[in-house]
Amino acid sequence: MAIIEIKSEITGTVWKLKAKPGDRVEAGDTLIIVESMKMEIPVLTEDAGTVKEILVQEKDPVAEGQVVAIIEE
Amino acid sequence: MFSKVIVANRGAVAARVLRALNEMGIRSVAVYSEADAGAPYLEMASETYAIGPAPARESYLNQDLLLDIVRRSHADSLHPGYGFLSENAAFAQKVADAGARFIGPSPKWIDAMGHKTRARELAAQHGMPMSQGSGVLPMDNDAVLAAARAIGFPVLVKPAGGGGGIGMLPAKDESQLLEAVERSRSMAGRGFGSTEVYLERLIERPRHVEFQVLGDAHGSVAHLFERDCSTQRRNQKVIEEAPGPALERDKVDAVARQIAGIMQKMGYDNIGTVEMLMGADGEFGFLEMNTRLQVEHGVTEEVTSVDLVQAQIRSAAGEKLAAILPVKIEVIGHAIQARVYAEDPKNFYPSPGKLTVFRPPTDAGVRVETGYAEGRDVTPHYDPMVAKVIVHGGTRDAAIDQLIDALEAFEIQGIKNNIQAVLAVLRSEPFRAGRVHTGLIPEVLGKKI
Repeated sequence: MAIIEIKSEITGTVWKLKAKPGDRVEAGDTLIIVESMKMEIPVLTEDAGTVKEILVQEKDPVAEGQVVAIIEE
Repeated sequence: MFSKVIVANRGAVAARVLRALNEMGIRSVAVYSEADAGAPYLEMASETYAIGPAPARESYLNQDLLLDIVRRSHADSLHPGYGFLSENAAFAQKVADAGARFIGPSPKWIDAMGHKTRARELAAQHGMPMSQGSGVLPMDNDAVLAAARAIGFPVLVKPAGGGGGIGMLPAKDESQLLEAVERSRSMAGRGFGSTEVYLERLIERPRHVEFQVLGDAHGSVAHLFERDCSTQRRNQKVIEEAPGPALERDKVDAVARQIAGIMQKMGYDNIGTVEMLMGADGEFGFLEMNTRLQVEHGVTEEVTSVDLVQAQIRSAAGEKLAAILPVKIEVIGHAIQARVYAEDPKNFYPSPGKLTVFRPPTDAGVRVETGYAEGRDVTPHYDPMVAKVIVHGGTRDAAIDQLIDALEAFEIQGIKNNIQAVLAVLRSEPFRAGRVHTGLIPEVLGKKI
């Protein structure tokens, strides 16, 4: 079982959580939506698997490259 | 004339308005959120007030706080800049009720033009050139399909209460229509607090040509010709120029005069811009009207030598257009503006961060409008524009060359930015030839947006 770290591509604020621990996700699914500079940027998973952990909450600030979720393949 | 004006904004436009106020000898009040404390332009103001935390809704969009500063500072006027509360009719009315003049058109115009289908109806009634469109769509799917068929595919679904390209979705045929309407309604509801959407005929490879107008409180409206703002990404402007390249001069001038005539007949009373889309057939269609100063006002200022911010303030103070504007407005040379955005040029995603190096070009004749300085943070809380670079040449070719030189000399480190992407567009053959359209950036960069 591979553990995959999902990172935010941008610095911003967590607007919405679209997945929760235990959810089955497919490649390309949106896990989190980050808001930055008046844009909504989805954080996607490139791999299918099960959401092990969501490491942020709505309204949390996130930095570019920050791990925001963990997927178990 | 006003004795003290509050600038209810931030960044480049706050700096621009403060400069105008200083030149006019009017005392100024600047406001700043926690993120903007220490911003370089604040030093230009006579007084400054902190207005709370960084998020805009708690600071620059906080109407009660701003109205409180109107009272505390004894200002007799408020300049809203662009964005934030500049097109909020209720706020404009509250400023008036607090005894200060809102520098912009009367609230009824902000209200009338803020709702896109009502603005379209109003424009159509007064004989404005129009493209085909619907009213606000009903919830009934059959009626939505009928409205789209009446216009003819492809159509564009647009939020009625929106702007900035948010929630605009194309539908090529009937199979795409209902989903596009549903998604647009959802985005509109979240973005603008109204789920009303409407349809417009989708014009392929259109040009965005807009007309600058200025009205006074005495029944006069003049135009200051056009700007071409076709070069966009994500439906937001990146390169703007005046005059528009490769246009039929007689025809564009006739449209400009027609628009000024219509706005005068309607009684429009301050600064505004009528945005039009131009199809491949050269026909114009009304898009919307912005009832405020535009981000790209500088290119019009360069070619007409009219200071639009001062003109707007003087009009709001009750001066007559005849006293504000020269008898004959002429367009001299060619001006181009590039917006420098803090964004990843690969996907146009925002790129906030610290400006570890920020050295705008200092070449003679290059105008830079910015609210930033080296060492400042570009935060995720506001829009990504860090600077506007404006040049004015004798010809369009000279202006393009000058802008390329200026952007090459602009040193920025610490954030990703779009300078290389803008340079690629400026150097491209279609741009040089004046064959601009709203899809030019993705076409030149070879990517989808």
